Amino acid sequence: MAKRNYCEMISRSKPGPGDGGNTGSWRVMRPIINHEKCIPVKTGKMACFSCWLFCPDCVVSKTIPPTIDLGFCKGCGICAEECPADAIEMVDEASQTAKEK
Amino acid sequence: MKNDIIEIRWHGRGGQGAITAAKIVANGAFASGYKGVVMAPTFGTERRGAPVFTSLKISREKIYDLSPITTPDMVVVLDHTLLEEVDVVAGLKENGLVILNAPPPASKYNFGGARVAVSDVTTHGVEAGLPPGIVNSGIIGAFAKACGLVDIDTLSRAIIEEFTGKKPELNARAAQIAYENTSVGDK
Amino acid sequence: MHIIESGNVAAATGVKLSRAQVIAAYPITPQTPLTEKLSEFVESGQLDAQYIPVESEHSAMAVCIAASTAGTRAFTATSANGLLYMNEQLHWAVGARLPIVMCIANRGIGAPWTVWNDHQDSMAQRDVGWIQLYANDHQQIIDSVIKAFRLAETVSIPVMVCYDGYLLSHTYMPFDQPKQSEVDSFLPVFTPKNFLDPENPGNFNTVTLPDIRPGVDGVMEPGYIEIRHNLHQDLRAALESYEEIDRDFEKLFGRGGTPFVEEYKCDDARFVAVAIGSLSYQLRDVIDLMREDGIAIGVLGVQMYRPFPDQAIVHALFGKECVIVLEKALSYGNQGPLYSDIKSALYRQEERPVIHNYILGLGGREIKTQQLLSALTQSCTEPNAIEDTPRWIGLKLQE
Repeated sequence: MAKRNYCEMISRSKPGPGDGGNTGSWRVMRPIINHEKCIPVKTGKMACFSCWLFCPDCVVSKTIPPTIDLGFCKGCGICAEECPADAIEMVDEASQTAKEK
Repeated sequence: MKNDIIEIRWHGRGGQGAITAAKIVANGAFASGYKGVVMAPTFGTERRGAPVFTSLKISREKIYDLSPITTPDMVVVLDHTLLEEVDVVAGLKENGLVILNAPPPASKYNFGGARVAVSDVTTHGVEAGLPPGIVNSGIIGAFAKACGLVDIDTLSRAIIEEFTGKKPELNARAAQIAYENTSVGDK
Repeated sequence: MHIIESGNVAAATGVKLSRAQVIAAYPITPQTPLTEKLSEFVESGQLDAQYIPVESEHSAMAVCIAASTAGTRAFTATSANGLLYMNEQLHWAVGARLPIVMCIANRGIGAPWTVWNDHQDSMAQRDVGWIQLYANDHQQIIDSVIKAFRLAETVSIPVMVCYDGYLLSHTYMPFDQPKQSEVDSFLPVFTPKNFLDPENPGNFNTVTLPDIRPGVDGVMEPGYIEIRHNLHQDLRAALESYEEIDRDFEKLFGRGGTPFVEEYKCDDARFVAVAIGSLSYQLRDVIDLMREDGIAIGVLGVQMYRPFPDQAIVHALFGKECVIVLEKALSYGNQGPLYSDIKSALYRQEERPVIHNYILGLGGREIKTQQLLSALTQSCTEPNAIEDTPRWIGLKLQE
């Protein structure tokens, strides 16, 4: 009986940061969290985190304050849209980068 | 493989109009007697802001090879913020030319010895009366001045035709201003 | 008048000039700009047609079938998985003998998911009965679309015009746009043959019994096998019809003359590479390089794949020592489809060349001229040392 290891090669990648490449470079608008308005920051409680919940790329940390991984944030603006405290502002990426220089 | 094909790679971000710019130059080149013109954008999923490049091949004879450019003669960069992310001069031939949308002088930019031409196309666009951020018409003026492959008048006509209904005269003006304000560095 | 535009726009312009009357299409990369351009043409009034956005490719072909059955000139376009989604309708359109024209921007099929170019999508439909034409550049795209409508309406068989996704669909190059008046004289107004007509009621494509049977008027109605036999005979006869149509096109527009195969440096060649689409043009540079080294090689581009132009191919390959078939498709578990068809066509020849098969470019894997050069050089150097099984170009297996 012929014995052979049949190759089970399919297209399958592990989920994790970077599987889609350097997506932070796609950003045209950057989210900036205002700590004076952000609910977890103001209350000191593990509350809200709508930004973390709604981010399609999982780049928001569930921490106080929430942080955004700019290496992968694409600037979609969903966090700003969903924030119930209006604590997130989308600012022009190019001018932010220029300011940082 | 054929020595007489001029290969130009255009670097931009999705939405900046690198394809339109390359197409205008293609039209200008064709009108100038270059029978062989092939322009190929980045093949794949598209999104605004992502780095993209477009290959433009120009020849006096019809071009049969559509494979991507690996050793460009010239590189045109529509957005200098790309320089940090993309190796725009990958494969650039020795004595190759880099045409960059950035404020002069050209000597500020070092690409390992390649010739550099710069023009602050972003500003010239506003000077011409265009809304801020339009760079794909101005960059054609910089291209014309830097390499002289196609003359600015032919390119202006091609710009006006391509931008019909979208402020053609202002776009041609942006190219003219950029053309007059392109500084070409020494080798 | 020459313009520089993309292959998709060349196709859309061909459809506009052919005065298509009903367009039903669903967008899919890399065909999407074609459908967008057509909707622009209709919206602006440049094309007097009904553009029907549908919810799927299956529906797109269903609408074309209905439109064609109602007596109008119908068009659609798709790629890869979209073509497969409409698969049962493809069979329907053929069996119903409807002269629908469809453009295919060739793309690989999932799984795994890809949007990039290969020929598996249309190749996988080679048994359906649709006529298949392949374009090598933008000029051939626009010309083939116009010829396709005339061919479809002459033989009452649907025609698909295929061109490489991205490599042709999205690249820009110059091509001539024929004048509308000239296209009108080449392509007359559509006169449908079997169509819904209240003055002449009929039952179309109903259940057809295994055996022949008399109709209500006593006339013997054909059975399923007769209808299918007739389709096959008409497909074979379409070869001659297409040759005539191509000749007419050449007389009027000054282009064409290669309805079945397009040869480059084959006359005195000992070796011939065979390919379909833009690859056959890319191979010309390789041929030139090898000729400089004294290798008598040429390249043959296959322009019509179904019906299979076996006579034209046998004629072109007559007396050659070695034929190298390079394909962007595979009949999995067997060999390249074009390779198999060519072998089969040559089977009865007393003298047959050695034939080699290379598979390359699947899922858009870049095809480098250097790789083509290596493969062809090897084939020409040791023609008899290569087995009768597909070899692969450009694989990057990680051992």
